Amino acid sequence: MNPALVVYLKECRESLRDRRVLVNTLLLGPLLGPLMFLMLVKLVVGRELVKSEQPLPAVVIGAERAPELIDALRQMGLKPLPPVANPELAVREQRIDLCLRVAADYGAHWRSGRPAQVEVIYDSSRREAQGDADRLRAMLESYSHRNGALRLLARGLSPGIATPLAVAVRDTATAQARGALLFAMLPYMLVLTIFIGGLWLAIDSTAGERERASLEPLFINPVPRDRLLLGKLMGTATFSLLSLVLGLLAFLLAARFMPTAELGLSLALDLRFFAIALPMLLPLVLLICVTQVLIAAGARSVREAQTYLGLAQLVPLIPSVMLSVVPIKAQLWMYAVPLLGQQLALMRLLRAEPVAGLTLALSALATLLAVAVLFLLARRSYESERLALSG
Amino acid sequence: MIEARGLSKSFGDRRAVDGVSFVARDGEITGLLGPNGAGKTTTLRMLYTLLKPDAGTIEVDGRDAQREPLAVRRALGALPDARGLYTRLTARENIEYFARLHGLDAAQARARADALIAALGMQELAARRTAGFSQGERVKTAIARALVHDPRNVLLDEPTNGLDVAATRSLREFLRGLKAAGRCVLLSTHLMQEVAALCDRIVVIAHGRVVADGTADELRRLAGEPQLEDAFMRLIERGDAGAAP
Repeated sequence: MNPALVVYLKECRESLRDRRVLVNTLLLGPLLGPLMFLMLVKLVVGRELVKSEQPLPAVVIGAERAPELIDALRQMGLKPLPPVANPELAVREQRIDLCLRVAADYGAHWRSGRPAQVEVIYDSSRREAQGDADRLRAMLESYSHRNGALRLLARGLSPGIATPLAVAVRDTATAQARGALLFAMLPYMLVLTIFIGGLWLAIDSTAGERERASLEPLFINPVPRDRLLLGKLMGTATFSLLSLVLGLLAFLLAARFMPTAELGLSLALDLRFFAIALPMLLPLVLLICVTQVLIAAGARSVREAQTYLGLAQLVPLIPSVMLSVVPIKAQLWMYAVPLLGQQLALMRLLRAEPVAGLTLALSALATLLAVAVLFLLARRSYESERLALSG
Repeated sequence: MIEARGLSKSFGDRRAVDGVSFVARDGEITGLLGPNGAGKTTTLRMLYTLLKPDAGTIEVDGRDAQREPLAVRRALGALPDARGLYTRLTARENIEYFARLHGLDAAQARARADALIAALGMQELAARRTAGFSQGERVKTAIARALVHDPRNVLLDEPTNGLDVAATRSLREFLRGLKAAGRCVLLSTHLMQEVAALCDRIVVIAHGRVVADGTADELRRLAGEPQLEDAFMRLIERGDAGAAP
């Protein structure tokens, strides 16, 4: 039997008996992403939904001066709260969120056809209050517009005179695209799943062996070092892959519980996604694993390896954050950047947009090239005398 | 048979081994004797090709260690100073893993493991995971896995370190068995009793240099001391004097 295969089988057998590997690969890796994601989506989507449908509570001062206005607002969803003294201070101290104050001369102005004043008091530095204030202002404007039109009609004029511009806003974002914006983090969750799946095995089979003084005896066997490295790499990749497959399945399952339809979003987390994403991510699995093994071989101890790999885990976050914050138009060359290419393709898949075979091939090729370079570096590290000497 | 000629190895500025030459013959137990830090472990590491010598040559059964490291590793079995086991594997699995790495098939690996388990008296340990093994149990397992391919040359770095009297005794018996089977056994130690009880030839090392080489009687004569321990101390002191600038 090829010695690399001997090493591989031994690493697998040993790992299956290691609770840390099992927890990482079978539980934490695959489930952490979907669960975090589901919670995030529920939180964001759920809040937006609730907001636009629920009554809008606001403190109203001087309601008796404008009974018709308050009635109209109530029909639009306002829930008037009893007045407080000094509303500005109350808002600043966060005792109340939103206040509507009807000016003392409201009635007089209204009756004489001059603009009657109402004030909306809120704190724009509080994100939630901003949304509520916007809703209240929209209600007020709609009331104002309606009454303006009525007044013009009463004077025999067309309300169109006072509306020289008719603005219609048409958002071209498809439902899928809006969904994907929200889901820009999903690719990172998948990358994290790959990372966590092989993490402990990579550390244990290199830095761990060294720390436990079993690397030197292993190296005395008549086996070239690159075979040993290959066996350990394959073991790490197997557990990463296992974690990824479970993670993808978990996402497929979680997609059923995501309230995307309620927002008019659709997210292509279906079997097609699974069938394309899995083979597409295979080179990335190898890349992440060879990086982990390389880093673990360079560390002086298990602890140090854990620290370095913990930091390395954040690197894939860069393209994710970049893609979700700065809108980038995907260029062909970007697919040749390992990690970025896969992220772009994943986002297209999620939007149910076609992914060109060329881009997939380019991304796979570039990633495999990086794997080859890192493998050579790892081999050099394996062949160095420093790694062989434990302690 | 192992022949070392003019071996040198430095780590940074520190010269760990400085021109060491000796021969370890088949059917003999050769002892590499020296105080801590004398360069014994570094010498052994060069012999089992873990480290590359800066200068000098090594031949094992006539094969050059630098030109044919894999062939040399096949020709020898080594118990290094680092004797970590895989704690989630049983003793037998540890032994058979190394057998498979030596290219033995499953049946051969099993048979060799059985033979070594019997020879080292570790039948009760074989099916147990090695986590929680005592020092003696660990050394036995490490020796079994080092000798799983039945090598003609056996290198052991401080084999009795940390062993109790009974375990030391049974290990010595085992090594005498290897010698009787015509194997070349080379062990390093800093213990006088060890070489006195076991070794046919003694190579005394101090400060990375060979200061004496011969049988116990020859060393006593050379140092002019009737007691081996005194002879050892005298030889090392002479080495110190020689090393001084």
